[in-house]
Amino acid sequence: MSKSIEVNDLNVYYSDFLAVEGVSMNIEPRTVTAFIGPSGCGKSTFLRTLNRMHEVIPGATVKGSVYIDGEDLYAPGVDPVLVRRQVGMVFQRPNPFPTMSIKENVLAGVRLNNRRISASDANDLVEKSLRGANLWNEVKDRLDKPGAGLSGGQQQRLCIARTIAVSPQVVLMDEPCSALDPISTFAIEELITELKNEFTIVIVTHNMQQASRVSDKTAFFNIAGTGKPGKLIEYSDTAAIFTSPKEQATEDYVSGRFG
Amino acid sequence: MTAVTSSPATASSITLTSGQLPRWIEPVLAVGTAAVVAAVLLVLQLFNPAVWLVLTAVFYLLAIGIGAGIVEGRRKAVDRVVRGLVVCAFILAVAPLISTLWTVVAQGLKVLTWDFVTKVGGSVFDPNTLAVTNTPGALQAVVGTLIITGIAAVISVPIGILAAVYLTEYAQPSNPMRRVITFLVDVMTGIPSIVAGLFAFSLFALIVGPKAFSGFSASIALCVLMIPIVIRSTEEMIRLVPNELREASLALGVPRATTIIKVVLRTAASGIVTGVVLAVARVVGETAPIFIAASFTDNFNADPFSGPMQTLPVMAYTSWAFPGKDIEASQAQAWGAALLLVIVVVIFNLIARIVAKAFAPKSR
Repeated sequence: MSKSIEVNDLNVYYSDFLAVEGVSMNIEPRTVTAFIGPSGCGKSTFLRTLNRMHEVIPGATVKGSVYIDGEDLYAPGVDPVLVRRQVGMVFQRPNPFPTMSIKENVLAGVRLNNRRISASDANDLVEKSLRGANLWNEVKDRLDKPGAGLSGGQQQRLCIARTIAVSPQVVLMDEPCSALDPISTFAIEELITELKNEFTIVIVTHNMQQASRVSDKTAFFNIAGTGKPGKLIEYSDTAAIFTSPKEQATEDYVSGRFG
Repeated sequence: MTAVTSSPATASSITLTSGQLPRWIEPVLAVGTAAVVAAVLLVLQLFNPAVWLVLTAVFYLLAIGIGAGIVEGRRKAVDRVVRGLVVCAFILAVAPLISTLWTVVAQGLKVLTWDFVTKVGGSVFDPNTLAVTNTPGALQAVVGTLIITGIAAVISVPIGILAAVYLTEYAQPSNPMRRVITFLVDVMTGIPSIVAGLFAFSLFALIVGPKAFSGFSASIALCVLMIPIVIRSTEEMIRLVPNELREASLALGVPRATTIIKVVLRTAASGIVTGVVLAVARVVGETAPIFIAASFTDNFNADPFSGPMQTLPVMAYTSWAFPGKDIEASQAQAWGAALLLVIVVVIFNLIARIVAKAFAPKSR
């Protein structure tokens, strides 16, 4: 279960301000695509347009089109709620629901949508999702304990389990490791390479080693200066981006040299 | 590493120790000052508790300031004096509270029996003997209080919570509607309660004509006072819910309304419940608006839509202000009602704490 993403000439606006300009790219199913670039260049903003989460921010609008397996996300009549059930998202800071136990957190996507699920199906889903997130062995004895009591890395994997429990086609990750220590980061990276077999994954990261470790393709975004829109500079195979980039700006960025 | 010890002279003058007063100096000095001041006042035959306490505080602060200034230096002296001032302010703030509670409990306990809570009381006029007898009892006021505040809570809690949800979740900061509502809520928070009573009474006078006394109109008056409190406290609690939780829920494909109900309100539930119960506790003691809108009576009336209704604060006021023939008995009624009211408020606060604890997010 995974789908391709096709983006055509996408512009993102915050009210009148053009934040991201003219992005086009094709993302293959069952791949990991990494977005890299300096802070404020619009990577996260662009990522959020892939499941219409940008609409949560007042005044954010989009021009252009995004096709998930040929279906336009921005066609009239498309319900953002249904889009988000297809395209899940993991955030920068782990955000388990503090009022829920570990088990309830995993089932949140099902339960909050008022879908009825039998107790045995629920247990199966919890186990499958937690195994999928490499968390099952650590928490199987305390599923009824609060999710907020786990460590930061475990909480982030809990959030991933919660996301894959609603069986999306695509999983978006917005700097999922930036609040975690190296060991937890390693656990998440391992997980990403496993999840690739089932989902299309798009990940925003500030860590270029991480991009080169986990991703098949890499997109480099940059910004000409404050107040200017962010642009997609180069999008290619990860190996090509890190060894033989076509653009000077990409080479400067990935080699740690600027200006 | 050697930046500080630029010259041998300054290096040798740097020490890490300073003079210290013993740890027990503050309480001992306070007690000592109190004893000395009491002795001097007794000798001069000027003893008076208020003068004694004030002079003790003044002399204690002078003594600790000068003493610490000499032994420990300026910084610690200031620290000790300010700490003394803070304790004085605390005692000043708490003293009237404890005094009031003490008086109410001491006077109220004389009349507070189980019968006082479960029997209708007041002055009873016997037409045969023309005698007015006073029987202790506050059931009519207990029932009235519960009915009137209950109706007020049932009306204002949903309105208040929904208004707060609108203000925090739906209205943009630039929305003119939101500014108007926020402004009106601020104004309503400061409305004198007597105005709310007059409003409710005149409203019902227009609807049902003169003599519009009823428990329901008193409930409306309490709503006017309660809604802004509920809106304010709920708003604060909802704002404390991290935005990340809303995003997490929305990203799972949960519709906005469900997100608000099951994530935002659920996470804030503990604080919202506390705010609501404290708002109820705040209006349960209102006297003026109920006195105007529901009047007062010694008769048992459990129908909020017709006739005067008694409540505990109004009973305390009327028994004291308009005593029957047996003034002592009326005043005892007033004290009993006051104590009962305090107990009701304490019960509300306890419920608030228990419920808040039950709803609070846990981490272990």
